[in-house]
Amino acid sequence: MFGILRTLWLTFLHMGHRRVTVGYPETRPALPPRYRGRIILSRDPDGLERCVACNLCAVACPVDCISLQKAEQDGRWYPEYFRINFSRCIFCGFCEEACPTYAIQLTPDFEMSEYVRPNLVYEKEDLLISGTGKYPDYSFYRVSGVEIPGKDKGEAEREQPPVDVRSLLP
Amino acid sequence: MTPPPLVVIAATLVVLLGLATMLTWVERRLLGLWQDRYGPNRVGPGGLFQAVADGIKILFKQDWIPPFADRPVFVLAPAIGMMTVLLAFGVIPVTALWSIAGDLNVGLLFVFATMGLGVYSVVLAGWASNSKYALLGGMRAAAQMISYEVFMGLSTLGVVMTTGSFSLRDIVQAQAGLWFVIPQCLGFVVFLMAGIAETHRLPFDLPEGENELGAGFHTEYSGMKFGMFFLSEYAGIVLVSALVTTLYLGGWQGPVLPPALWFAAKTGALVCLFILLRAALPRPRYDQLMALGWKILLPLSLLNIVATGAVLLLRAPG
Repeated sequence: MFGILRTLWLTFLHMGHRRVTVGYPETRPALPPRYRGRIILSRDPDGLERCVACNLCAVACPVDCISLQKAEQDGRWYPEYFRINFSRCIFCGFCEEACPTYAIQLTPDFEMSEYVRPNLVYEKEDLLISGTGKYPDYSFYRVSGVEIPGKDKGEAEREQPPVDVRSLLP
Repeated sequence: MTPPPLVVIAATLVVLLGLATMLTWVERRLLGLWQDRYGPNRVGPGGLFQAVADGIKILFKQDWIPPFADRPVFVLAPAIGMMTVLLAFGVIPVTALWSIAGDLNVGLLFVFATMGLGVYSVVLAGWASNSKYALLGGMRAAAQMISYEVFMGLSTLGVVMTTGSFSLRDIVQAQAGLWFVIPQCLGFVVFLMAGIAETHRLPFDLPEGENELGAGFHTEYSGMKFGMFFLSEYAGIVLVSALVTTLYLGGWQGPVLPPALWFAAKTGALVCLFILLRAALPRPRYDQLMALGWKILLPLSLLNIVATGAVLLLRAPG
């Protein structure tokens, strides 16, 4: 009996509490930078595509919403097309975790409603942004041992020249 | 000066149905307030027109009667529910002069009679739906409402004995000095609980019991027939609140403000209490509900009668 009255009183006191609901279109929620929203493809500091079309994101994706095709130019790999079906995407962020080049990133934006379902399929042009996203200084080809025009083997950052395995000299 | 009866009837109908419609919005907003959220606040200022939007939506819905249902009874059941509640309002005295039936000398008995008929609405709805959940809900409603009806009547006997009349107007006038909540506090509590059970509102809404019965007796109903059940439930809340006001809270009596306003204020506060109960309390198990009724509230109301009778006898002159 006392418990019931106490419950009533405590519920009544909630009149003075602040409401937890955010009145969305008028007041916007403060989204943290690592919020898992719309997926983008970033570029490296030189303005080139970071994506090397390794397919790891497509493999990691639990709902198979990423589709891409590898192409090659001057020893560099890049995606010929890169397609994300956002009507399937569950925004789990596994693709971002799997990406070895920080190319695919999730951003704090979720306002991507469409009236027609096919409009939710984003092509590479829709996904690519002009900036570097969350990792401003990273450039895959600058730190990797891959040989590209203008950078030979062993010339990457923190990389030593390759060892001649056939030589016996120390 | 008594207002002409047709005006009273029309005004009561309009106010009551409007109130029952608006209560859907009031309840959702208040529940939101007590649960730290907003509730409907989009349609109109503060969501005020939500009830109108809901009404339009429900009117334009397909009026579906399941092929396995008992058609005439199925259609009749919600109408009975609405009718009994509206009938009971006929004898509620809003002020000394403002009441449809005038001063009916068996006013209280009439209210109980019509509220008792309200059981038919629920039971017939459950029966005519021809579905397990609806039938279970209807059976529960029958058992609950019949058992709570018993001491709902008994709990008011203290008031009737003190006043010496079944007329609701006499009962209010007898409270000029002291409201009956104080001398009849036991009866007040019992009557309030019985009233909640009678309108099958939370925490006593086992006939509907969403988590076990779908939606109970109105599982198969949709469109405006469902809307009728809804409206009659809300009108029932207003009715019980108005009854409690009349029987225990001095009706229209109060200082400064006009009597009609006092009546409205007291009834409104009780309606808010109903909604607070819904916001705060969980539903009991069905056997707990019945045990509470027969083992606790019935003896309490009998005790109230005996005590009131004893006091009246001791005070009686000679």
